[in-house]
Amino acid sequence: MSRAETTAGPGLHDGDPGHRPGEPVRERAPAPPASRTPRAAWSLGLFGSELLIVFRRARTLALLGVLAGVPVLVGIAVRIETRGGHSVGGDGGGGPAFLEQISNNGLFLAFASLAATLPFFLPMAIGVVAGDSVAGEASTGTLRYLLVAPAGRTRLLLAKYASVLTFCVAATLVVVLSAVVVGFSLFPVGDVTLLSGNTVSLSDGILRGLLIALLVASSLIGLAALGLFISTLTDSGIGAMAATVGLLITVQIINNIPQLHALQPYLFPHYWLSFADVMRAPVIWTGILKNLALQFLYAAVFGSAAWARFTTRDVTA
Amino acid sequence: MALIQPAQPEASEPEGGRRKRKALRYAVPAAVVGVTAATIGLVPALADSGDPSLPSLTAEQIITKIAASDTQTVDGTVKISTDLGLPSVLTGGSGSSLFGGAVAPPSFGSRGGSQADPQRQFTQLLLGTHTLHVAADGQDRQKVSIIEPAAEYSVIHDGSQLWAYDSSSNEAYHATLPARGAVTGKADTRRQPGAEAFPATPQAAARQILKAADGTASITADGTARVAGRSAYELLIRPQHASATTVDSIRIAVDSTTGVPLKFTLQPKGKGKAAVEIGYTKVSFGKPAASTFTFTPPKGAKVTEQQDTSRKGAAPDAMSGLGADSSVGSGWDTVAVFHGKGALPSGAEKNGKGGAAAMLGGFGKQVSGSFGSGTLFHTRLVNVLLTQDGTIYAGAVDESALTAAASSAAR
Repeated sequence: MSRAETTAGPGLHDGDPGHRPGEPVRERAPAPPASRTPRAAWSLGLFGSELLIVFRRARTLALLGVLAGVPVLVGIAVRIETRGGHSVGGDGGGGPAFLEQISNNGLFLAFASLAATLPFFLPMAIGVVAGDSVAGEASTGTLRYLLVAPAGRTRLLLAKYASVLTFCVAATLVVVLSAVVVGFSLFPVGDVTLLSGNTVSLSDGILRGLLIALLVASSLIGLAALGLFISTLTDSGIGAMAATVGLLITVQIINNIPQLHALQPYLFPHYWLSFADVMRAPVIWTGILKNLALQFLYAAVFGSAAWARFTTRDVTA
Repeated sequence: MALIQPAQPEASEPEGGRRKRKALRYAVPAAVVGVTAATIGLVPALADSGDPSLPSLTAEQIITKIAASDTQTVDGTVKISTDLGLPSVLTGGSGSSLFGGAVAPPSFGSRGGSQADPQRQFTQLLLGTHTLHVAADGQDRQKVSIIEPAAEYSVIHDGSQLWAYDSSSNEAYHATLPARGAVTGKADTRRQPGAEAFPATPQAAARQILKAADGTASITADGTARVAGRSAYELLIRPQHASATTVDSIRIAVDSTTGVPLKFTLQPKGKGKAAVEIGYTKVSFGKPAASTFTFTPPKGAKVTEQQDTSRKGAAPDAMSGLGADSSVGSGWDTVAVFHGKGALPSGAEKNGKGGAAAMLGGFGKQVSGSFGSGTLFHTRLVNVLLTQDGTIYAGAVDESALTAAASSAAR
């Protein structure tokens, strides 16, 4: 954006759509560099309205409701199964990670729920919201009205992406909070046993839990950018959602075919479960850093692709 | 429908200009991909840019260096890869579940006993790739952790106490070791059950091999290498006076400053990658924190105390090669003989008609000789012959040598 901005004269800022000659907006809104603060406020306002659009949707609330339900189901199932003093998963210790520890410490329900939702539930919710972000507006015909406002396409896209990322954090927190409420009410809570067998205090465990929530939310950055890019490709909201979720499922399947192991380190979900490394002593950062780097790489590639597509396309709806 | 174009107010901009601008914008993601690909391609190439130049040493000097090494403390990450060419059904693939590895891998063998029994856990190192965290402080305090996705298995040795903890089943295993004196060996030789069955560190592997290679193999110094960011000498060991062995060569990288073996590679005959590779990916020789070696069983964990009498029979010793009843041949051509009594495959056969026996038979090949008839299982390194009467012959020798050894032993 900055490149175009510096070359364009006042009022010609890049990506300002709908500024056909003679339109009053253009005369009133020359954008001299001095108007930084109003523009920042503008961006914030745009972001706020995007956020409202996302979170006021019944669909979004339903998605969050489903996510909140997962810990409840897991918690009740573990509670029933361990009632007679049995251990979960029988002799083999199968099932999702951290399941074994839930009956000893309710906090582990949060980790087990994240491990259970991260492969599909969480990213599916992100895929729906990200896929809908631009294409949904296009299919309902509201996109062009948005573009008439002198916000600039780049800023609109950034606001959309920021609202999707906020949803990532919100969705993760919904899982964690629901799990903490259910876990603390159904199971004893106390010192936390790490994977390495060490025991740390509850406050240390909660801090690690917060870090895990943050890591899980950041694990979705790449998929959010991918969904946003797909969303700029089409005018069909449903199509973009389906494509994003379908892509997620495909990638997850590829990620589990041993013969394709050469490809797997470059797939966005490959290091998702590295968040569990926080529960080791000493913490192993390699996988976590790889995951973050991969997410930012996906964000850079598909974010800029979305930008290239969105700022150069003709909006017909 | 109004067509809202992304164009600047001067909508008269020629079509070619727009296309050019579009191409320019798409160049941004393309550039990001390009830079990343270049980084991925170049950084490893730059990281191990050539072998380090070290003053040349003879093989004897390097072996002396290993023996003289007095490094008592180590803290590092070990990667173990075994590629025996087994069907992936047996190895379980790499995290072959749609939970992306979230599901704890099944433990090897599912008979009774503790999940945290080291015998049971260390045998899984025979298959696939594993990451271990190793810490040692002198002879009395060591810790080895097998790092699994969202799970961990640790063995902690502190003086006379031996603890093992398996996080995926939340089970602990406790044994009291005989007082010091009975515990022999150097700092990094873990005298623990299981740990000796399969060498978990390059040091342990190198020590076993150098002992075995004494007089039966040619040991030469073979250049230098960079392992875990350290300069290392390389020893090349080639079996001699052994025609039937499947081992082509063994390579040991020895740290140039401390004399600690850093990497162990076993190359079988024929092409392909190494059958066994044990090497540090990260290592420091500083003293690990004392808290590393303390262990109290976590609340709620099921603790199994070691039972000396019952454990011996139940453990899958057949995999280790230590529990061999007798042996045929010598040196590299040695074939170990196990007279089947509850060993793994014969137990499966007893289960009868379908199931395990059929599955094993499907992987094996029917052979016969003066030992009767049996099933021969072939891997890139080890061949195993299971005869009808339940005797098992196993060795790092080729198939014909194995059947010949079995015939001579049965005679």
